[in-house]
Amino acid sequence: MTSRLMKSFTVAVFSLFSFIISVPSFAKEGEGDKKEGFNAQKIIFGHILDAHEFHFFDIINKDGSHTPVGIPLPVILYSPQKGFDVFMSSKFHHGEHDHDGYRLLTEEHIEELTKEGVDIKKEGLNPGKIVPVGADGKIDHSVAVYDFSLTRNVVQMFLALALLVWIMISIANRYKKGYGVKTAPTGMQNLMEPIIAFVRDEVAKPNLGNRWEKYLPYLLTVFFFILINNIFGLIPGTANVTGNIAFTVVLGLISLVVIVASSRKYYWGHIFNPPGMPLGIKFILVPVEILSFFIRPMALIIRLFANMVAGHIIIICLISLIFIFASLNQYAGWGTSIFSIAFTIFIYFIEILVAFIQAFIFSMLTAVFIGQAFEEPHHDAHAAAH
Amino acid sequence: MDFFLLEAVANAGGAVGAGLAAMGAGIGVGQIGKGAVEAIARQPEALNDIRSNMILTAALVEGAALFAIIVGFLAMVL
Repeated sequence: MTSRLMKSFTVAVFSLFSFIISVPSFAKEGEGDKKEGFNAQKIIFGHILDAHEFHFFDIINKDGSHTPVGIPLPVILYSPQKGFDVFMSSKFHHGEHDHDGYRLLTEEHIEELTKEGVDIKKEGLNPGKIVPVGADGKIDHSVAVYDFSLTRNVVQMFLALALLVWIMISIANRYKKGYGVKTAPTGMQNLMEPIIAFVRDEVAKPNLGNRWEKYLPYLLTVFFFILINNIFGLIPGTANVTGNIAFTVVLGLISLVVIVASSRKYYWGHIFNPPGMPLGIKFILVPVEILSFFIRPMALIIRLFANMVAGHIIIICLISLIFIFASLNQYAGWGTSIFSIAFTIFIYFIEILVAFIQAFIFSMLTAVFIGQAFEEPHHDAHAAAH
Repeated sequence: MDFFLLEAVANAGGAVGAGLAAMGAGIGVGQIGKGAVEAIARQPEALNDIRSNMILTAALVEGAALFAIIVGFLAMVL
């Protein structure tokens, strides 16, 4: 008992201490935040967020200017006034030039607009957004623009999807021809068969009872789609597809639809009229059950998103450390790079593990929720299960 | 209150909140791991059941922590 008291006391003191320490240090940072040389925040968000190009690196010219190297992607815009407009994002020259009356906002544009007194947050302007500009060089508010561009997230997702479909169809054809059914599996089958069997035996069968065959295609699709996008995102220079909230929201909503579609009467009765409860407790339990109905897919969405974003940020932060130290002193930079790179490689291997674990957890939890949705009343102590 | 100080307090609050959430999740996941390892030591033949339940519970704990981290992040950004 004493040790438990001591523990909570230590936690309380430590959190109070860290709070007091952090306030003055953060206050100082707010004043001296002017960029000088290396800006880690810009690098991190440049990687995490979506963009109109694959950006690999910058070449620093002799006069100190930067030449970005990357692959431009198509920009597809529709506006009711101007009609469709399709061109490559290289036409913007990284935001330096306007094209066809459109402008790609950059950090510099945003800074200028803030100085002019435009409310950035209220107007929804952010770096990377394409806005219409008038002849006077100002943002033209009379023109509405809908951006259907193939951004790097979209392009990378399609590439991953094409690879996945190619692998799956080729091995499916092999099985149809009899390879791997009566003989030993060959080639790519050796790689995929254990994973497919793992999803079947560990995810589908234990959670879905005798209806596992019906849901196995969905679970396998979700598993491999998340897995291949996670792994593609780990290749340096690529986009962070699974760390994009829109991507995970769509996956979570599809899971919600599957859960609702496979639900039975007992599931809804469990939410709106928990069996075997006194009336007073129902008033508390029903809102909680309704909330948990929405929180389950929310948790799926946020878990995948936050895990992938956190992993990517850690890797870039470790690499950024080299340059933060190098801006203090060149030799400090070289010294840091050894530890930094060693640690980055370590985190990289952890991230490969996380790519698998997140794909597994997403499909696993989806299977659990589906299993709950079509569960029949068969035991008395079911209320304790929640 | 000075604007910069306000932002600094928001940043500090977000960081401290994320840290506390990580602490709680660490304790929770540690307890799960401890329980699972003890259970496997007692009953090695139930390894598969214990492992899948362990991962599931750890995922639920981690989900709560990630909610807190996102809230902390929003406190910084908004």
